[in-house]
Amino acid sequence: MALSLAAARFRAAALTLPLVAFIGVTFLAPLGTMLVRSVHEPLVADSLPDTLALLDDWDGTSIPGEKVFRALGLEFRKLHEQRALGGVATRVNRLETGMRSAIVRTARKLHDVNPDSWQEAVTAADPVWGEAKAWRALQRSGERYTARHFLHALDLGQDTAGKVVLQPPDRRIYLPLLGRTLAVSIAITMLCLILGYPVAYLIANSSPSKANLLLLLILVPFWTSLLVRTTSWIVLLQNQGVINDLLVAVGVTTDETRFPMIYNMTGTLVAMTQILLPFMVLPLYAVMRTISPSQMRAAAALGATFRQTFVRVYWPQSVPGVAAGSLLVFILSIGYYITPALVGGRTGQLISNLIAYHMQQSLNWGLAAALGAILLVCVALLYCLFNRLVGIERMRFT
Amino acid sequence: MSAPHKSRTKLQQGVLAFIVALAMHAVAVPQAVADSSVTVVSWGGSYAEACRKAVMDPFTNETDIEVRLESYNGGLAQIRAQVETGSVHWDVVDLEFADLVRGCDEGLLELIDIDELPPAADGTPARDDYYEGTYSECGGGGIFYSTVYAYNNESFGGERPTTIEDFFDIEKFPGRRGMRRTAVGNLEFALMADGVPPGEVYEVLNTPEGLSRAFNKLDTIKEHIVWWEAGAQPPQMLADQEVLMSTAYNGRIFNAQVLEQQPFTIVWDGQMLDYSQFAIVAGTPNLEAAKRFLLFASRVENMAAIGRYIAYSPTRRSGIDLISTHHETGVEMRPHMPSAPENMGRVVRNDWEWWSDNGEEMNERFSVWLSR
Repeated sequence: MALSLAAARFRAAALTLPLVAFIGVTFLAPLGTMLVRSVHEPLVADSLPDTLALLDDWDGTSIPGEKVFRALGLEFRKLHEQRALGGVATRVNRLETGMRSAIVRTARKLHDVNPDSWQEAVTAADPVWGEAKAWRALQRSGERYTARHFLHALDLGQDTAGKVVLQPPDRRIYLPLLGRTLAVSIAITMLCLILGYPVAYLIANSSPSKANLLLLLILVPFWTSLLVRTTSWIVLLQNQGVINDLLVAVGVTTDETRFPMIYNMTGTLVAMTQILLPFMVLPLYAVMRTISPSQMRAAAALGATFRQTFVRVYWPQSVPGVAAGSLLVFILSIGYYITPALVGGRTGQLISNLIAYHMQQSLNWGLAAALGAILLVCVALLYCLFNRLVGIERMRFT
Repeated sequence: MSAPHKSRTKLQQGVLAFIVALAMHAVAVPQAVADSSVTVVSWGGSYAEACRKAVMDPFTNETDIEVRLESYNGGLAQIRAQVETGSVHWDVVDLEFADLVRGCDEGLLELIDIDELPPAADGTPARDDYYEGTYSECGGGGIFYSTVYAYNNESFGGERPTTIEDFFDIEKFPGRRGMRRTAVGNLEFALMADGVPPGEVYEVLNTPEGLSRAFNKLDTIKEHIVWWEAGAQPPQMLADQEVLMSTAYNGRIFNAQVLEQQPFTIVWDGQMLDYSQFAIVAGTPNLEAAKRFLLFASRVENMAAIGRYIAYSPTRRSGIDLISTHHETGVEMRPHMPSAPENMGRVVRNDWEWWSDNGEEMNERFSVWLSR
């Protein structure tokens, strides 16, 4: 009896295996690979094993000896013949600008020499090898596991002594953008809350037929393709768009001073708020439906004003919905990509757009992975904060 | 096949035939395509059209290999993605020189032995016929082109811009400017307009202060810039008078001038001279056809033929003498070429080596500067 019960339980659990496998293959594995990529960069280490092994004993400031030069020359030559030097050169160049061409030039000049002094030949090929900074760059890019993508992603650099320092303000790239992304996400969350709360209240306190109609009005956009909604905003907001035409027609503005409402931050804010609004309204509605109107009436009967009733009776009970909706909207907007890419123009770009840039254009996947990991940490921190403040088990999503 | 004694039903036969056809399709079609066509990726618009008439159509006539023309806006990203994922569907790409050199070093492009390239008419080997530094180990063909700025005469009643300083002078010439959405060129223009002699531009850019200087100069007109990406956009923006002036590729402006009779003027002062070449994407299944195309495109007469359709000149010495008149209007082409002496006042030559070292960092800084 107990055995068959256990078997039944096992069979039930086995039914979830396809889902577990699916999540493992399509979600956890890529996520893991990405996280590993942000700290693991073996290309240079694998390409120049002899040189790097010899550099282990190097003091870091003098010029290495003949043996190191010879190993470097031979390995560069081999890589050049295999046409694999470019990737190595690009990576070293990220640590010391100018190394890319220096490395390629060196390999080309060493193509068919067999010198007595490799040190002379290599230094003659490019004088940079007579400077310790070239060797330091080589050594550091040869580290298999590295924190430099994370440093780069946090606008930190290393000075010559290896100390971690913040980049000067005009070279900071990612921190300001991360700040902007957080600010925009908070703004969108607030906008959604301000717009969504009254709507959810209205739906929760309407007659069933009216509530159904209102819900439908929320759900139809929710079911409409993201791209359709985003491009609709382009039609509405663009310079020669519906809204500007209307404003010109009624004389609010003139043809020369049409409002720039799209391809900037305004476009990103408006479109994303509209797209994410259902994620706020639906959890709010789910919670508000359970708040009995009789409590409000009871409070009013005991002499509370509407404001008191709302603040002391209604709002505290709706907080789980507010928290759930805010968390959903915030987390979705912090990683939003398509809408800012389409309507954000120059100034409405978010950190996800830069991640995409490094994935697709610069192909610096290590950096893209580090940026993604930082975003993931932000979301996780936020989740913990919410859990502390509201308690995740109190949140109601539907 | 459908003999009556077979016991299969019509439906079964149909299904079987369908599956066989599907399998054949999957296996056979790439083969068939490989024999008769080659995909060439270029910069679109009137330049691609010129290449088609001057090089690709004659190539198809001679070899029966069809050329499929696609367009892109530069960069190595798509090529790298194709090579690294092993699904190469571009065969030949027209590349800016800095990208060509980088792609060649990284093994993204096929090596070409320069001694295989056709010699000049007088027998001079290609090695000696190419101008110094305009040949890469992976390239073939090749043109000089220039990024200049131009304006529509109809936008100006009185004084007109004549120097690169004027392009950045928003008080003297208020109005919107078109610029290419990339760091290449714009940094050089900014420094020249800020008083740096063309020969020292890269020296100055090499210092952090010099770089800030370039971005600060760009800052002065940032709010007035309309960014373009495809080479076909600037002539359009000028024709619509959407911008007062715009940087552009000189050949595009030339074509708008002679073919569409647009009242455009090119300001050659501060031009950035550049060159590009065709290259074969590493691992293409059409290697043979691609190579035939590359060798065909490297014949001097074919390189020079491009100059009958658009104002770009060949990068081989013996090609200059073959430049004659525009194919349709009979306009003398030589004065419209970037390398014509009267256009070579203040010229900065694109230092591809500097860009191949600094391009990644510059593009990152540029994209961030843009979003600020």
